[in-house]
Amino acid sequence: MMIPACRLADLPRGEAHRLDTDPPVSVFHTDDGELFAIDDTCTHQDASLADGWLEGCEVECPLHASKFDLRTGAVDSPPAKLPVRTHEVVVEDGVIHVRVSADAPNLPPCVAARLAGGSA
Amino acid sequence: MRTVAVVGASLAGLSAARSLRKQGYDGRLVVIGDELHRPYDRPPLSKEFLAGTLGEADLSLETDDEDLRAEWLLGARAAGLDRTERAVRLADGREVRADGIVIATGAAARTLPGSEGLAGVHTLRTLDDARALRDELARGGRLVVIGGGFIGAEVASTAYALGLDVTVVEAAPTPLAGPLGARMGDIVSALHVDHGVRLLCGVGVKGLSGERRVDAVLLEDGRSIPGDIVVVGVGARPCVEWLEGSGVELDNGVKCGADGRTSLAGVVAVGDCASWYDPRAGAHRRVEHWTGARERPDAAIATLLAGGAVEPGVPRPPYFWSDQYGVKIQFAGHAAAADSVTIEAGAADDRDVLAVYRRAGVPVAVLGMNQPRLFTRWRKQLAAAGS
Ligand SMILES: Cc1cc2nc3c(=O)[nH]c(=O)nc-3n(C[C@H](O)[C@H](O)[C@H](O)COP(=O)(O)OP(=O)(O)OC[C@H]3O[C@@H](n4cnc5c(N)ncnc54)[C@H](O)[C@@H]3O)c2cc1C
Ligand code: FES
Repeated sequence: MMIPACRLADLPRGEAHRLDTDPPVSVFHTDDGELFAIDDTCTHQDASLADGWLEGCEVECPLHASKFDLRTGAVDSPPAKLPVRTHEVVVEDGVIHVRVSADAPNLPPCVAARLAGGSA
Repeated sequence: MRTVAVVGASLAGLSAARSLRKQGYDGRLVVIGDELHRPYDRPPLSKEFLAGTLGEADLSLETDDEDLRAEWLLGARAAGLDRTERAVRLADGREVRADGIVIATGAAARTLPGSEGLAGVHTLRTLDDARALRDELARGGRLVVIGGGFIGAEVASTAYALGLDVTVVEAAPTPLAGPLGARMGDIVSALHVDHGVRLLCGVGVKGLSGERRVDAVLLEDGRSIPGDIVVVGVGARPCVEWLEGSGVELDNGVKCGADGRTSLAGVVAVGDCASWYDPRAGAHRRVEHWTGARERPDAAIATLLAGGAVEPGVPRPPYFWSDQYGVKIQFAGHAAAADSVTIEAGAADDRDVLAVYRRAGVPVAVLGMNQPRLFTRWRKQLAAAGS
């Protein structure tokens, strides 16, 4: 599934843009000008990685500082233990699109339970 | 270096063991810890674990496929450090010889003198403490929390959510004034009152009453606060008694440089037991926060492996979080250095503030309540300002 995110011109370097998908996905524009998309929710608890600390190809979770590699989704150290999903990014006519991965997301227990319960 | 002993098998010890392997150390690695448990995470002990929404397996700090090639000596208490033999002496008489030693023995909860042996009285530091308190809270009743600091406030918040009747007693006029300053301490601790938890400030505790089981907390002004369960949350002291006479300099914890080095060559200290030199503050600081115990070992291990021949980088300002009554509280920097505090976003009444502390106009600390995005920006700015 290809989802349009935003115009490339509207996402400055060093910033992230969150998509209201379910679960949400975020696109990161690194200081070096690269674009990456990963699941927005930290795998530890309910935190938005788009709110995190972007440095190089890593984003640090805003709450408890686990770092995720934007290229692979891998996490460096606790408290988070599972990687986040990565998604393909395609820029067409100046618009960033995300091709959402078909893998199952690694959502934190609190969020997974809420989604399973069907209520937002 | 052929053998490194890490003393303390919790967050700082595990992080040090990981740093050793990550930084290429290939020799023998012995991790000594007096608890019987493998390294586990403490913050949930006052939150999700206490509430019963997170189980023991979820607390583990290790991942399933992790292999640090370490010898784990658990249930083993370090009782001394012999500088000439370069050995850690254990309470059971064993000895671990090592050419590199990492001190990571953390801190222990302070207790209330005279409360020993009285049922219903708890401190909260270890998994065993949390199990006992969780079981008691599950029976309900009236809880009195002594101490309005972060641990006390989190226990109060969790117990409130479990339906208990909760009172918090704080000796200082404002809770959290130490870490947050009086104005912000007031705003954060107002969360108790918002939820109908009683907060009694500016009054000391004289003692506890009860025969075999506690039945009330006696205050210095003569009042008696009835309680079936009492949690003593009056801070922690560094676990460094075992180092007395070892030649490792102690001063409110292990005194160490900005790179974790202690007064003995080949010995570094990390985590809650370590009083690091903070170049931003120009003073030694013992910081009892998760993120420091997780991050500082990288620098300390680099120092240990290089024999002290590396320049320490400027560490990021101390950071901690707390969760109370559903509000995410985050703080970075040093409030004590500030001469002004301004609320830059949100509103105190809504408990969603972003407040910046400044000294002579320069930001030195930032507090967020439910403001993770803005908080991260300010935290980044603080870090950049000091390096
Ligand atoms: C209930 C609770 C909630 C918390 N919540 C937060 C939070 O929300 N945010 C935050 O930033 N921080 C929080 N913290 C603080 C954080 O957990 C600590 O900063 C962190 O655990 C420090 O890690 P450490 O490894 O230095 O010390 P510790 O975790 O104290 O570990 C030290 C270990 O060494 C062992 N030890 C002690 N003496 C000896 C000896 N002589 N020989 C062998 N072993 C010994 C101890 O038994 C212990 O296992 C919380 C702490 C507690 C207790
Ligand atoms: S919520 Fe991301 S590390 Fe805890």
